[in-house]
Amino acid sequence: MFAYYLQLGLRSLRKNPLLTLLMVLAIGCGVAASMTTYSVFRATSNNPIPQKSSQLYVPQIDNWGPEAQQDNKGEPPNAITYTDAINLMRDKRATRQTALFPAAMSIVPADPSMLPFRETSYAWYADAFPMFDIPFLYGHGWTADEDASHAAVAVIGKALNDKLFDGANSVGKNINLNGRDYRIVGVSAKWNPEPVFYDVINTNGFDDPIEVFIPFTRAVEVQTTTNGNNNCSKDPGKGWDAWIKSECVWLGFWAELPTTAQADAYRQYLNGYAAEQQRSGRFHWAPNTRLRNVTEWLDYQKVVPQEAKVSLLVSLGFLLICLVNTVGLLLAKFMKRASEIGVRRALGATRKEIYLQFLIEAAAIGLAGGVVGLVLTGLGVMGISLVFEPDIAKLATLDASLVLLTMLLAILATVLAAFYPTWRAAQVQPAWQLKSN
Amino acid sequence: MLQIKPILAALKRHKAGTVLIAMQIALTLAIVCNAIFIIHQRLDRVQRPTGMVESDLMAIQTRFVGTEETKAGPLVKADLVALRQLPGVQDVVALNSYPLRGGGWSTGVRTDPDAKNSKGHTTQYFGDEHTLPTMALKLIAGRNFRADEIVEADPQAVPDPAVIIVSKALAEKMYPEGSALGKVIYIGDSKSPSTIVGIVERLQVPWNGTWSDSFYENSLIQPVQLTSAFTNYLIRTKPGQLADVLKAAPAALVKTNRMRVIPSERGVRSFAQVREYAYKGDRGMAILMGVVCLVLLGITAAGIVGLTSFWVGQRRKQIGVRRALGATKHDILSYFLTENLLIGIAGVLIGALLAVGMNLWLVTQFEMARLSIVYVVVGVVTLLLLGQGATLAPAMRASRVSPVEATRSV
Repeated sequence: MFAYYLQLGLRSLRKNPLLTLLMVLAIGCGVAASMTTYSVFRATSNNPIPQKSSQLYVPQIDNWGPEAQQDNKGEPPNAITYTDAINLMRDKRATRQTALFPAAMSIVPADPSMLPFRETSYAWYADAFPMFDIPFLYGHGWTADEDASHAAVAVIGKALNDKLFDGANSVGKNINLNGRDYRIVGVSAKWNPEPVFYDVINTNGFDDPIEVFIPFTRAVEVQTTTNGNNNCSKDPGKGWDAWIKSECVWLGFWAELPTTAQADAYRQYLNGYAAEQQRSGRFHWAPNTRLRNVTEWLDYQKVVPQEAKVSLLVSLGFLLICLVNTVGLLLAKFMKRASEIGVRRALGATRKEIYLQFLIEAAAIGLAGGVVGLVLTGLGVMGISLVFEPDIAKLATLDASLVLLTMLLAILATVLAAFYPTWRAAQVQPAWQLKSN
Repeated sequence: MLQIKPILAALKRHKAGTVLIAMQIALTLAIVCNAIFIIHQRLDRVQRPTGMVESDLMAIQTRFVGTEETKAGPLVKADLVALRQLPGVQDVVALNSYPLRGGGWSTGVRTDPDAKNSKGHTTQYFGDEHTLPTMALKLIAGRNFRADEIVEADPQAVPDPAVIIVSKALAEKMYPEGSALGKVIYIGDSKSPSTIVGIVERLQVPWNGTWSDSFYENSLIQPVQLTSAFTNYLIRTKPGQLADVLKAAPAALVKTNRMRVIPSERGVRSFAQVREYAYKGDRGMAILMGVVCLVLLGITAAGIVGLTSFWVGQRRKQIGVRRALGATKHDILSYFLTENLLIGIAGVLIGALLAVGMNLWLVTQFEMARLSIVYVVVGVVTLLLLGQGATLAPAMRASRVSPVEATRSV
């Protein structure tokens, strides 16, 4: 029966090729626009670390006071000061914790024929490796003792290891960073969370993977400047020492708190810490702190670009119009065949069978629309770099799940659009049709 | 001679089709209005001038390696000498940033050192007396820096400058009552005054995001040569020699000192490339919205053609009867056009409300501006014309139905 209806449907579609083409193109365009923009939205709203997104937290401490926060709806600054970072590290109230910043690092290759080059580099604490579940190809992260001794050690990424050591185990070898030697203790395997939740502030959520990690304590000792933002509410004074003692915020901070009870305890600790700073005269305002987990933090920082949201919305509206269009055209198409329906009904076809026949015909249109949509989505994904930054555009890919979703959306949307026209078709009175002929 | 009453009576018998066309017109109007508004906003942004003469201009970004972060002064000087010796180079300046680069410094400024809040927000450019000629800024009052006014400074300890050059926008912000030339301003929360010795017509900030829209032409230039290991060189080439210098300049820099990194991505760019990169998202969004608008209008027109054709087909007999009873071809044509106009008017009325509603919602969600009524009016007229145009072909076909049809059974 299904095959017969499909045959009937295809024959009817061939009878009026222009109308069919119009419907197929409309559905194809609508679906392609939605899927292309959805591919970007999906990439940018991805959960980068699903296994731990509710266990990793960013603390924020208001060290500027309510006056400086007027523009920010009373929210504390997005980053913290060196003073606060060191205090939180010292108190060790979380299972694991790290302060971090993007370090301005250049690699000086041992091979004199190679020019120095830059890679994305971060300075953080030993805890960060197990905390962010960073996989290792060779060796491991450095130890807490090495943090304490400001050791000149480094972990490098796979791509950098391939470039400098042809992919061989480089643990124990030296790497020259900014003119100083560091001993490699580990080579990380591919670790590329998207969005880069660990440093949303400086990357807007999208950046190349990290290739160099060095101990935070070492980076500060050799006065490595941040490659990221530095925000001051007032002049920090002159020189490095004045800067790290200032109220300028430039550091990220992460705490691992596996249970909600621990998170609550950490909130209390933060408030207690801010109250202590108030008592000591550093803050002249009541404690104002926040503790957000990965999901809340990405949401608060609006990692999904405005472009992605607006274009997804516009495309969905576009799809809706295409569907309204399809409803109209299908209605016209089906009602044209009122007499045919009348004959079929008179010959004993039930309403259910009429429903089935026309929905199958619609599904065939949906299938064709899906194929057109797929081709257009492919083109759209290729053209996405026109609209979005390369860091974001490269995340939008036409993978198996998107292909499946495109086809599914096309068929589902068309069948949905066909419901009303089909219902009207099934209402045709056989007697009336036969009489009028 | 509109035949509105019989048309309404006929439409009642085609409720579904009527509602569908009206709905499609309404939704199309809502989306097209907002899309065109977004396009216009983006294009306005893209067309903002930087204040510089952008032809024959290029930028190089470099960072010295193995030098202390704040002691690269002599290395920068050596670079400048090497660049100036290149044939084809007219002038060079080392800067912390330049318009459209994306990152830079910004600060509050005051006219009263004891004021609690700053009077304005501005970007800070640090450069020597070559800044104005290299950027080719238009000096509208005062003078350029003199060589003896330039100081070398560690970026972590920049002294308050005795003299500064400001953009006209900043000058007017600080001294709205009149000429700011010769008056003083206080940078950040500094207590020592800086005298305005020059005013340039326009100088854009390094950022182009919405967050900097409130001060996008507020700039000041401090007579400072930073000793930072990270530097941007802005190079003005002799006319027509940009392509040569784009190749020669990075080579000359590496030859002067190879312990440096010039990023492979965006390390060496003509200013046209800088501009293109800075506005890529805005231009792309405008293109995307433009394509969406065109396809949308096309689909709506096609939908109207399809449904009207269907109606014409259904009513051939009635048309034949009318023709037989004396209606002219023109009467039939105007019947269908009027019918579409009525549906169109209903559609655009709902659509205009939807457009405004959608915009209000976008305003609350995405920091967008309010939709100007002009866009709605233009959209309404466009869609009504589109509807009439789309109806024309089927209506012409209807008008050609012969009166004989009345006598035929279907």
